[in-house]
Amino acid sequence: MHTPDTQARPSLYYDYQVHSPWLPTPGQTPAHARVLIVGTGPAGMVTALELARHGVASVLLTAELQVSAGSRAIVFTRRSMEILQQVGVAQRVTENGLPWRFGNSYYRQQKVFRLEAPHDPDDRFFPMINIQQQYLEEYLLDACKAQPLIEVRWGNKVTQVQPQAQGVTVEVDTPAGPYTQTADWLVAADGGRSGIRSALQLEMEGASYEGQFVIADIQIDLPLPTERLAFFDPSWNPGNTILMHREPRGIWRIDYQLPAGESPEEALQPQSLRARIDAQLEMIGLGGTPWKLDWSSVYSARTLTLPDFVHGRVIFTGDAAHLLPIFGVRGANTAFQDAQSLGWHLAYVLKGLAGPQLLRNYSEERVGAAREIIDEAGKSTRFMTPPKGGFSLLRDAVLSLSLTQAFVRPLYHWRTSRPHAYVHSALNAPGDDNALFTEGPGHGAPPQNVRLGPDTFLLDHLGGGFDLLYFTTQEAIPLALQETLARWREKGFPLRVIAIGSATPVAGADLTLADAQGHCRQRWGIRARGGAYLLRPDQHVCARWLNLDAQRLGDALRHALPQ
Amino acid sequence: MSDTPTPDLPIEQLERVYDALAQAIDAAGEDRRELFLVKLALLNANALGSADVFQAHLDIALQDL
Repeated sequence: MHTPDTQARPSLYYDYQVHSPWLPTPGQTPAHARVLIVGTGPAGMVTALELARHGVASVLLTAELQVSAGSRAIVFTRRSMEILQQVGVAQRVTENGLPWRFGNSYYRQQKVFRLEAPHDPDDRFFPMINIQQQYLEEYLLDACKAQPLIEVRWGNKVTQVQPQAQGVTVEVDTPAGPYTQTADWLVAADGGRSGIRSALQLEMEGASYEGQFVIADIQIDLPLPTERLAFFDPSWNPGNTILMHREPRGIWRIDYQLPAGESPEEALQPQSLRARIDAQLEMIGLGGTPWKLDWSSVYSARTLTLPDFVHGRVIFTGDAAHLLPIFGVRGANTAFQDAQSLGWHLAYVLKGLAGPQLLRNYSEERVGAAREIIDEAGKSTRFMTPPKGGFSLLRDAVLSLSLTQAFVRPLYHWRTSRPHAYVHSALNAPGDDNALFTEGPGHGAPPQNVRLGPDTFLLDHLGGGFDLLYFTTQEAIPLALQETLARWREKGFPLRVIAIGSATPVAGADLTLADAQGHCRQRWGIRARGGAYLLRPDQHVCARWLNLDAQRLGDALRHALPQ
Repeated sequence: MSDTPTPDLPIEQLERVYDALAQAIDAAGEDRRELFLVKLALLNANALGSADVFQAHLDIALQDL
């Protein structure tokens, strides 16, 4: 019998709600699910919301009765916010989060590097925004509750997974005993310690690093702006690294590396935490400021990924698929991109708009993204927590030189999570004009946002299906194009046309954006009317043309949806 | 055996480098010797302006240890 914790988790700032467990009706087998998602973290809920957006129902299972224990992921990137905007929760994050774009690195009390992340006026969202994961999960959960295609089952722990030829059978334990659930597809969004990954005996590839970090959230009033602070080799923790981030509700995150040989249990002793946090506050000139501990944990850096995210009818996403270091805020931020990608790939297969091989594309694109992230994260990790020997020596040499030598300072850059461009995606149109463009987002790239007016941006208007951006000053979309579009729509293919460049509505377009100054045209590298972009449901570019014709539009659509 | 691809130092200068480097290694002290040499290598790499030339130097220096 599964007995989840029914006591609200302790927190100085977050009011945990304990949800009622979902219990099976005795003697009845629950209805077969098309998609069963295990895990109600960011990856699981965004997958469910994206599936629902494409018209596919899902059942979400979680062993717990409450949202995230502790703040966990606290820094969310612009691309994450763009994805959260698509599922309807970006506004609440904006209202309650702390946006920022500066980072400072210190060595021997000297600021040796300051990162200023660019904030383009064409972007709606800041490069980063801080909010505790509990809030993010609460917002996502509210969105799931408002969505009739999503059923959330609290207190349902998966105990066994049996892959079948055309589906999956799962044994689930609840506070009222076990039941059997069948599904066409199982999405494993069950986190870094994925039980489904273990049950299927899947091995991850990559490296684990020696350094361990304490993550501590403290309630404290510090007269500091919302900026990332990194301290290298401080006097109170020689050779190690300390990070500080401001969180909403008067909370600060302090991460510090453990001295070699110390166990996580020793490091989490209250007197050890107190002495070290006091020493850190002392070092930044704020010693004696009163504080209370909210939550603490120990973390070690790993750069691991499954080499394939799709195993028969079981699909992995988020931390269940890969483990990425926190340096560069890559955990949840990568999970959002995974989940957004999985949502449309799986939905289009289920709706018969593409063949099952479309799921191979999900795996190839997202494994590729994970490997790129691992490559970048490995560099940051080898600087933040260098392995003994050569990497330690090099890191220390750079710290020492950085006091006087500017050329080494960019090595402090922690290579923040950024969206992967699917440059070599199988869905990119081979016969378009991608290579002839000199500007604008290329094959597989995420979209370029454009400010259209006060509080209105291009990305506000995209998503939910394929979008064709057609740049024109004419009164109508050319007839041949309209006919091709109509044929694809008749097949149930979600395709919107956004005409850009006319002050009056363009016939044949679902939406017309004036772009009076030609700014949008310029950002997308369009030189003459008749240019166009085809965006996938995750808003990444799969084709672009200097001058679109009906033949090539049809070719690109067929190519993007392998049958 | 390939020679280093950089121009040779005149012997008087090479002698100066020889003495200066030896004395600097001693000045750094036994526990800072490695750190000092790595700093020096990074400064020289920056002055070379070429990761390829630096790699060639690494390969040569690793020979006959």
